[in-house]
Amino acid sequence: MRYVKDAASVIRSKNAGPYELTFDLMFPDAETYEQVRHSITKEKIAALYKIDVSQVLSIIHFAPAHAVKITIVRPRASGDLGETDVYGAQQHAPLLELTY
Amino acid sequence: MSELRVLSPTAILGYGFPLSSFQAGLERDPHVIAVDAGSTDPGPYYLGAGKSFTQRAPVKRDLHYLVKAALERGIPLIIGTAGGSGAKPHVDWTLEIIKEILQELGVRAKLAVIYSDVDRELLLRELRRGRIQPLGPVGPLTEEEILASSHIVAQMGLEPIMEALEAGAQIIVAGRAYDPTVFAALPVLKGYDLALALHMGKILECAAIAASPGSGSDCLFGYLQEDAFILEALSPERTCTKLSVAAHTLYEKSNPYELPGPGGTLDLRETRFAELPGGKVKVSGTRFRPTEKYYLKLEGARQVGYRTISIAGVRDPIMISQIDDIIAAVKERVADNFRDLRDYQLHVHCYGKNGVMGSLEPQIEPAHELGLVMEAVAPTQEVADTICSFFRSTLLHYGYPGRKSTAGNLAFPYSPSDTSTGAVYRFNIYHLLEVDDPKGLFPLEIREE
Repeated sequence: MRYVKDAASVIRSKNAGPYELTFDLMFPDAETYEQVRHSITKEKIAALYKIDVSQVLSIIHFAPAHAVKITIVRPRASGDLGETDVYGAQQHAPLLELTY
Repeated sequence: MSELRVLSPTAILGYGFPLSSFQAGLERDPHVIAVDAGSTDPGPYYLGAGKSFTQRAPVKRDLHYLVKAALERGIPLIIGTAGGSGAKPHVDWTLEIIKEILQELGVRAKLAVIYSDVDRELLLRELRRGRIQPLGPVGPLTEEEILASSHIVAQMGLEPIMEALEAGAQIIVAGRAYDPTVFAALPVLKGYDLALALHMGKILECAAIAASPGSGSDCLFGYLQEDAFILEALSPERTCTKLSVAAHTLYEKSNPYELPGPGGTLDLRETRFAELPGGKVKVSGTRFRPTEKYYLKLEGARQVGYRTISIAGVRDPIMISQIDDIIAAVKERVADNFRDLRDYQLHVHCYGKNGVMGSLEPQIEPAHELGLVMEAVAPTQEVADTICSFFRSTLLHYGYPGRKSTAGNLAFPYSPSDTSTGAVYRFNIYHLLEVDDPKGLFPLEIREE
């Protein structure tokens, strides 16, 4: 079992519009991408973020960038009362715990 | 048809660009200079309050070079989502700056102004006709939300900007516009492939963010051909690579294969990225699938009150170990003390514990010191000030179980400890409106300035 963070070249989060939060995991080459991509599941993401699986909207594999994109429902619309991260740029840290 | 060249100076008007890169772009003889000025990323305040999230001085600095170069070369300058959010105050703010620049340069220009504000009565009618639907994880729109919005804009497609170009405008200031449109309008007008023009625009709108190393404050150049487009970074520090361009396709969107916009969806399933000599990347194969009906994205924001904040640190380990209970108890004290003031929200951001991720935070152990941002939002600034101040003073002296530090619980970096931050807004409209005429909501005004 290995950590995705050691294989990935980019692990980031950002708003995709004010109502969704999207995560990109990018790998340095096609080989690493192939090794890791199937181990990233909606169930694992839901467990890491303590959310219901239904809140994980999609996991998309994008070969041209050796990337896996995960999109979840934002806990609240960007800037709503109780907001912690208007741009959604610092929500990626739990992904550093992903393994494959 | 040979080639249409587009210069994108910066990711957001006001973010700046090196003059050497801009000059290199001009030497490549662009047919149009286009720039996106907007984003919903900075949150609802800017649309709600009618203010720009960029400052006037850097916006004027960028515009000075863009206006001068476009007029000298006789090529159009197109600005999309003017003023950051594209509502009337944002467009007018941008126009004022352009007028000032024209006066300083001692020149006149034919300006096109395209407002994108949506009339409330029209929206109420369309809502009753069932022509408005939620976009993504949002609830259905209500009449109450339409009436409560301080600004509502619709995101225009290519058509209003093409109309302005046909009218011979030298400078086009567009309200809320789908980001790629300002780059794609001229090529599409000249008969270039719609899908490739939009896809090139989708990348150019972030300028050199798609290069390696990426930058939001540097230029990117696009060459649109019949069956492909080519991207080139203009600074010697950067190159476009297959990976940097492909990776950019992921940025700030939920699905890199399908990019929906006004009138249809860009389909990237067959898109190919190829590296050319000289740090350029060639992109081909992108398709456009029109939707059966034409939809415009609506964005709105409404005021929810006024905010007051107070910042303080906590270093006492006994207090840190009970912080959630202590905050809950102090909130109760506030509620008990102001029984007639029910209409406020009190929130404490607890940095060092879950200040960044809130409910999504998986880490349980707090750090050795905490930073608290206490926040009250209420219908008036006075009530927000009152609630924040009372919460802060109560927390400062609150006697929690096992307390040994009886002189005070908080470390304040500032005097005064509280700051009134003014009006608070939230996004309340993020919906699709079905329209018959893509230009109908976006009247074109031509002005000689």
